[in-house]
Amino acid sequence: MLLRDVQKILDAEVLVGAEKLDFEVQTAFGADLMSDVLAYAVSGCLLLTGLTNQQIIRTADVLDIAAIILVRGKKPSPETLQAAAEKKIPVLSTKYILFEAAGRLYKNGIVGCVEKVDEPRAHL
Amino acid sequence: MNPVPTCEKWQYRESFPVDGGNFDDAGLVSGSIKMTLKEFGLESDVIRRVALVTYESEINMVSYSIRGKIHLHLQPAHVIIEAVDEGPGIPDIRLAMQKGWSTANDRIREMGFGAGMGLNNIRTFSDIFHISSHVGSGTRLKMIIHIGNTEDQESGEGRP
Repeated sequence: MLLRDVQKILDAEVLVGAEKLDFEVQTAFGADLMSDVLAYAVSGCLLLTGLTNQQIIRTADVLDIAAIILVRGKKPSPETLQAAAEKKIPVLSTKYILFEAAGRLYKNGIVGCVEKVDEPRAHL
Repeated sequence: MNPVPTCEKWQYRESFPVDGGNFDDAGLVSGSIKMTLKEFGLESDVIRRVALVTYESEINMVSYSIRGKIHLHLQPAHVIIEAVDEGPGIPDIRLAMQKGWSTANDRIREMGFGAGMGLNNIRTFSDIFHISSHVGSGTRLKMIIHIGNTEDQESGEGRP
């Protein structure tokens, strides 16, 4: 689906990257631990997180993550938004909690970028 | 910056200082190295792995060391990253390599790190990884990532 569909499903506010909403996304990863994101998230996936500091942008940049969805209504600092704009990484904010946001996306066809750690996906 | 020369003897070196305790800047070196490697036209999987091991090294340096340097050495067949710091060192490297083992404080955990995954991630995403440490003086990490044939050489676990 397109990032624009993700925005509708999550009733999300686009904080950065309104011009990139036609980007296609198929997978997602959700965590507040950036080291786990670095270990398991995959290029091109969505990152759902409740963390709002600049490290989410740097982590997303390292992995070429498609977009960041901030859950639980979190709003990042101006520095974080500026870093996102510089790296051209879309940032959306939704009031849904992580569980709800993930469930709503999954119901609409977005799957985890990995199913279980240390095991390749059966099919994608 | 020059494009990648075809001569087999070409190489590129750059060094970056890292300040211990400067959490705001953690990740700037890996971002800079990523851009450099992009300009050299390296494949995206290689760039991602180099950026990742550099980023985790930077986080470690900012979190635990007094100061350090990250050295990028680009050769025709591989990228070498060396992270050398002055700091307390690691008394038990085997323990430090274990998933989940950490001595992180709250500041580090607030950033989303300190879960005891860093060195493990670095080892996983490097083709060759070497660590040495002296208590009271510092730690040296050396990561080598091969260019080309990444499918054969990728040591990553849990990567599709």
